[in-house]
Amino acid sequence: MKLTSKIETVGLNLHYGDFLALEDVNIRIPAQNITAIIGPSGCGKSTLLRCFNRMNDLIEHTNVQGRIVIDGRNILDPDTDLIFLRKKVGMVFQRPNVFDLSIYNNLRFGLRIHRMLNKRSDIMGAIQNSLEHVGLWAELKDKLRKNAHTLTLEQQQRLCIARVIMLKPDVILLDEPCSALDPVSTLKIEDLLRALKQEYTIIIVTHNMQQAARVSDYTGFMYLGRLIEFGRTQQIFTKPQEDLTENYISGRFG
Amino acid sequence: MVRESFCKYIKDLEKDVMDMGEMVIAAINRSIAALKGRNVDEAKRIIEDDMLINKKRWDLEEKCINLIATQQPVASDLREIIAILSIVTELERIGDYAEGVGKIVIMYGDEPPVKPLIDIPRMAEKAVDMLKKSLDAFLKRDAKAATAVCSEDDNVDLLYEQVYRELLAYMLENPKTISRATYLIWTAHNLERIADRVTNICERIVFLVTGTMTEVNVSKY
Repeated sequence: MKLTSKIETVGLNLHYGDFLALEDVNIRIPAQNITAIIGPSGCGKSTLLRCFNRMNDLIEHTNVQGRIVIDGRNILDPDTDLIFLRKKVGMVFQRPNVFDLSIYNNLRFGLRIHRMLNKRSDIMGAIQNSLEHVGLWAELKDKLRKNAHTLTLEQQQRLCIARVIMLKPDVILLDEPCSALDPVSTLKIEDLLRALKQEYTIIIVTHNMQQAARVSDYTGFMYLGRLIEFGRTQQIFTKPQEDLTENYISGRFG
Repeated sequence: MVRESFCKYIKDLEKDVMDMGEMVIAAINRSIAALKGRNVDEAKRIIEDDMLINKKRWDLEEKCINLIATQQPVASDLREIIAILSIVTELERIGDYAEGVGKIVIMYGDEPPVKPLIDIPRMAEKAVDMLKKSLDAFLKRDAKAATAVCSEDDNVDLLYEQVYRELLAYMLENPKTISRATYLIWTAHNLERIADRVTNICERIVFLVTGTMTEVNVSKY
């Protein structure tokens, strides 16, 4: 099977002020697979993730050079429609960040911003579809008017993923999505990600190497802002090519 | 169910072990048929086909290694993968014994038989039966059945003794039979070793189910 890459970076450098946070990163993220980015704290993995929907623009004194090509377009071009980009490349964060609204309104929120779907039946259809995707429909279909904060943390994180799915993205970015969850909820979210990869390109940043090994198809190891190694997860965790990767994944540093 | 995909990997692995078991059983049966029919061409094919068994073993080992590296199996999952690593080694070796019988068939060539083959096919039949039962016990996680299979090794040992004594008598009586009788003793020895390897498989099944590593049955040979 030939792999098509969904996202490709070419010579990507990123400075926070004088600090070089990403140095000449060249990565090809395969479509409809789960790619994990691992590496010690401060290696640039979250920074790289935030490049893919230009979330770093929100941080002052950020300077990006190089190219980030998604579906043939360089998203660093000044005329990039950021609202559209972030709809296409959705993001889920470390702690579930549900809004202090009902479950229904949490899910509808993005639709309003993007002026998508007006008919009530269409909206309900989309809500059902996205809650089904994350395995919450059966539990929540009669509780859509309840405040989202009444849900368990795992349900909240699932709801955050559902909220992203509402906007029909191509790519889902996840930044440490399980760090606030207990081990069983973590495994359930991992199962969910595996099911979602049929339709979406998923990129997950995680401190938890074991999680990267369990859930991903491809793994990139970053160190001091550079992408040291990228390959099939099985290969990275059984016969990494680089000593740095070997030392990190075997716990000799990091 | 949590970790659905992991459970699927394990099920796939079990199916691979069963498939490999079938390949090995076929190799034993074919090698004995080739010996009975003194079919040198078939013996050559058995030797060639042993490569497929070897390859299956490497594939399975690689899958096990990948699962350990990426899925962090613990408890019964870990024991199962460790047990499978041992079981496939035993199966591969059993395949080599069948291949060994194939080589004997080639050495034997078209020389006249020393005696009608009765006990050797019986040994093979018993060894194959033990192997089938052990694979069944593996699938069913049945330590009791696995232990019971080990005690059947004594029957194979008895047949081996019988074949040995009988062929010794032929050799004493007529030294011209020495080389052919020796080939048959080697064949019987291969079959005796197959049964021993099956008891090793059974020990791994006991480990998989109970977590205890123990010698279930000490073979006489």
